[in-house]
Amino acid sequence: MNKNKEQLLNKRYKAEKRFRLYGQSAIFMALLFLTVFIFKIFSTGYSAFQKTWLIVPVTFDAELMMLEQNPSKEDIQDADYYDIALKSMADLDPNANEDQENELKRMVSYFFEKEIKNELLNDPSLIGKTKEVYLTASDDLDQVFKGNYPRDLPEDQRRVSDYQLKIFDQLVANGKVESKFNISFFTNADSREAELAGIASSFMGSIFSILVCLMIAFPVAVLAAIYLEEFAPKNRFTDFIEVNINNLAAVPSIVFGLLGLGVLLAIFQLPRSTPLVGGITLSLMTLPTIIIAARASLKAVPPSIREAALAMGASRMQTTMHHTVPLSMPGTLSGTIIGLAQALGETAPLILIGMVAFVNTIPGSPMDPAASLPVQIYIWAESAERGFVEKVSACIMVLLGFLITMNLFAQIIRHKFEKKWS
Amino acid sequence: MIKIKAKDVDVFYGKKQALFNISLDIEENQVTALIGPSGCGKSTFLRCLNRMNDVIDICSVKGKILINDFNINDKSCDVVRLREKIGMVFQKPNPFPKTLYENVSYGPTIHGMAQSKQEMDEIVETSLKKAALWKEVKDRLHEPGTGLSGGQQQRLCIARAISVRPEVILMDEPCSALDPIATAQIEELIDELKKEHTIIIVTHSMAQAARVSQNTGFFHLGQLIEHGSTDKIFKNPDSTKTQDYITGRFG
Repeated sequence: MNKNKEQLLNKRYKAEKRFRLYGQSAIFMALLFLTVFIFKIFSTGYSAFQKTWLIVPVTFDAELMMLEQNPSKEDIQDADYYDIALKSMADLDPNANEDQENELKRMVSYFFEKEIKNELLNDPSLIGKTKEVYLTASDDLDQVFKGNYPRDLPEDQRRVSDYQLKIFDQLVANGKVESKFNISFFTNADSREAELAGIASSFMGSIFSILVCLMIAFPVAVLAAIYLEEFAPKNRFTDFIEVNINNLAAVPSIVFGLLGLGVLLAIFQLPRSTPLVGGITLSLMTLPTIIIAARASLKAVPPSIREAALAMGASRMQTTMHHTVPLSMPGTLSGTIIGLAQALGETAPLILIGMVAFVNTIPGSPMDPAASLPVQIYIWAESAERGFVEKVSACIMVLLGFLITMNLFAQIIRHKFEKKWS
Repeated sequence: MIKIKAKDVDVFYGKKQALFNISLDIEENQVTALIGPSGCGKSTFLRCLNRMNDVIDICSVKGKILINDFNINDKSCDVVRLREKIGMVFQKPNPFPKTLYENVSYGPTIHGMAQSKQEMDEIVETSLKKAALWKEVKDRLHEPGTGLSGGQQQRLCIARAISVRPEVILMDEPCSALDPIATAQIEELIDELKKEHTIIIVTHSMAQAARVSQNTGFFHLGQLIEHGSTDKIFKNPDSTKTQDYITGRFG
């Protein structure tokens, strides 16, 4: 009898040990996946935050620029920079033939004219002088410098020619290639050229979309939640509404995209590809999430608080507004932020309403066309150029950073404003 | 003098009847205790007196409850006005998660009882003094009310209830969550409060009923078995059921 009992006890201990082991291995697996994911993203993406510059001597020849004596600011603005730009690149190899000159030109971005122009605009006294100017290297050379480009491929399979590599290596040997922090990644809009493409347009697009989404979804959801939780009679009809709100939360996001396409664009004729439409579409998605969070946190307010207020002669409205709603706010707000974070990462509905269009301007309002961060990731991931590979990872890093900040904010709100009741 | 007159009160929770035909008179400026085993309907009856049962959707009340000869179950009765006149203290201390000051000033604020900050300060001070809490908390009026001990919280709730100078105070087992010392303080307080207020207290403790009340009503299975002066109920009850309950033979 006693021995039997001991066996049983042993068995129970063993079962507990086993169960712990399962739990620990589950957590280990989760951490492993996360580490692999983050390692992959960071190892590919970190180099996008560096940009390669070629330092090229440029002679600001007034004649080639077709500038007259003592030019005004407007003259400098309107001058022709193509010839001096081309010449400074061609001068890298004095023996170059015409084809090779063309190849030399393609070692920098097509933006090189503007970079030279900006140099002169900053310092008009440079006319007639020679100065070493930083020019954005082409995306392929950028990748070569970062070591991401397989040099041992046969030449006809590479976008960088042997000749370009030779000149580039000479420049490197002379210390005329420099890597600097890539500011333009954050300040430029999207571009077909990987070395110039940035996230400014999609970042602003995301911000505007989220703001529109917040302004629509939050008030509607909170009012709906307060009404349902505090005022609506509990009957079949309200049960039906509750079930449907929960269903709405489970609807795939692409369906909301179709709704946006069919209703907002087709019927209401709102401007296509804009954060306004994106925000409205996302707000439909966020609405049930916020309603559910708000209702849960209203429910979590102890009934004794409501009774106390009612017994003091507060009306139902006063009880709700003075006590229940303020007490539920931390939960509601953090639910809202979680909902917005979901909306921020949403891609499918935005593609449907046209926020996938190529936008090379930075939007100034929700009515301007824009992309959004996740859509930008999608666009870049589809591009063939090697230079976009690191940009995809870098954009993911920015998006993740954004999301983590939002979630952190939600946590802070919860901890800071949550009141304890005994 | 009779303050509250309940006449043939029936209460239903959905189809289930919780109170049967209760008729009870409550004397002004006295303490009336309602006793009886759990689930006998004494709390339900108490909550009829300030219409707190309205909050429960499925609950319906029939019969007349006259307060100052006015039927509070009448359609013309305004619950906000009613609850201003009839305060309530609950079983578990339930201060608002706000400061002590805000707790006490909440009632006067929503009923517009103070014209100035000074008047409000006065109301808060007298209420806390009457609730015998002033000395302990006067230096921390702006700290959260939930930081007090259980007994202090309950006295804060009493201060909150009396801040609007109600005519009647309903107490639903106010000491059941408190230790004996805090209980003694509250009982002393009740004795003091009855000079200005009519008090109805629901209690599980026979000894407490005997100590604080002048009148007692005994409820059993939704019926008011017997009511009368506390002396009589405890020493010489008419009903054997009352006798059995008081002597601890059931319940």
